[in-house]
Amino acid sequence: MSDINTKKILAEPIADNNPIILQVLGICSALAVTSKLETALIMCVGLTVVTAFSNLFYSLVRNFIPGSIRIIAQMTIAATLVILVDQTLKAVAYEASKPLSVFVGLILTNCIVMGRLEAYAQSNPPWPSFLDGLGNGLGYSAILVILATFRELFGSGKLMGVEILPLVTEGGWYTPNGLLLLPPSAFFLIGIIIWVVRTWKPQQQEKPMFSIQSGQPHPGGEAH
Amino acid sequence: MAVKDTKAYALWVAFVLCLVCSVLVTGAAIALRPVQQSAKLDDKRKNILRVVNMYEPGINLDEAFKKITPKIVDLSTGQLSDAVDPAKYDQYAAAKDPAQGGQVIPGDDDIAKIKYMPRYVTVYYIYNEDGSPKTVILPISGYGLWSTLYGFLAVEADGNTVVGINFYQHAETPGLGGEVDNQKWKALWPGKKIYDDKGQVALHLVKGGVNPDSPEATHQVDALAGASLTSNGVSNLVHYWLSDAGFKSFLEQLGQQHAAAASATPTT
Repeated sequence: MSDINTKKILAEPIADNNPIILQVLGICSALAVTSKLETALIMCVGLTVVTAFSNLFYSLVRNFIPGSIRIIAQMTIAATLVILVDQTLKAVAYEASKPLSVFVGLILTNCIVMGRLEAYAQSNPPWPSFLDGLGNGLGYSAILVILATFRELFGSGKLMGVEILPLVTEGGWYTPNGLLLLPPSAFFLIGIIIWVVRTWKPQQQEKPMFSIQSGQPHPGGEAH
Repeated sequence: MAVKDTKAYALWVAFVLCLVCSVLVTGAAIALRPVQQSAKLDDKRKNILRVVNMYEPGINLDEAFKKITPKIVDLSTGQLSDAVDPAKYDQYAAAKDPAQGGQVIPGDDDIAKIKYMPRYVTVYYIYNEDGSPKTVILPISGYGLWSTLYGFLAVEADGNTVVGINFYQHAETPGLGGEVDNQKWKALWPGKKIYDDKGQVALHLVKGGVNPDSPEATHQVDALAGASLTSNGVSNLVHYWLSDAGFKSFLEQLGQQHAAAASATPTT
């Protein structure tokens, strides 16, 4: 395998085929865990580990798995890894993992994990599968880090819990934007990121499913 | 038909896969349990230390906790009890279990909206060097706007003066009700008096800021700006836990012992 190939598999999901902004997968957790950079980073590590290793392990056994039970097999492997990650987090980073509560467990239902298993690991050898999982995890992480940086900085004037913009309530000058701490703000931000990226890379734009056409008024009615 | 397509093969593969995965999960759960439990305990200890301002990142928790003694209070009498072991007792689980003395709170009395009340609760004592109690740390909980807030309230040995408050678990709106975590707000609590002259719970939150000239000011704390419902919740839960249903009798007895000790040895 050449180096170029490795780089391509790793880098493609970060900008050109990003799971969040192109495939629009994994939005739920992207809204829920990005009000603080620290929690977002833990979630990123968790998801990247699960995606990369479930791809690797599934790819290793893929030739033994009958097609009829392949989805169940994929889910079992991913679920095992999710539990391992969850248990490890509770042991080594208890306090930091508390705000993540159910979201670590819900990595399993994150479409990115199952999506990569079925779309890539099902039909590729272990090493490229591992890289593909890693790349997609990093693509997800890139967006989460952008969101969390923006939300924590402008929502509570801090980064990683360290004060950057002194708040009015604590005697500083910055009035925080409370909306940024609520989940809908992540939705708006993802929308803006998608807009920016698709303007920068027009090949990511989708063809509209329906187009609005001007022209003849409806035969039965009058034009308003 | 190839071997791979038979039902027996599919079942066999599924069985082996599940076996391997369950061994991994079980192994991890068993191997990590002691670490998890100590992490959980450390987290609880940190929160207890925070309420009395004894916590700083990086301190030795075992060392710091030597000064803190957990004890069990029987709320029906307000006296210390040996009925349960504080190291193993979980009052929030016991509250729902009638066998452990848990009771359903009648609707009208349930101002903190916690539904169940334990008979025994774990409190934490900090002692002076002469062995007399200095501070007691009481667990408190109640419903705010979105969530039940869990925390601790520390009270001086006179049974009436607040030392500090800290909520360690809640899901109130960040920036509004979530400001219960704000250090500046928490700093408003120390020194406030819980009971008025008649022995009624007077400590509460007020909207629009406390007027320092008011005779009531000693019982009042500023409400959280933009968070009326969380503020009401905090007022209610503080009222509930310090009333007859909660720690009032315990704090009265503590205060009497303190007064008796102070009159016996006036120099302290």
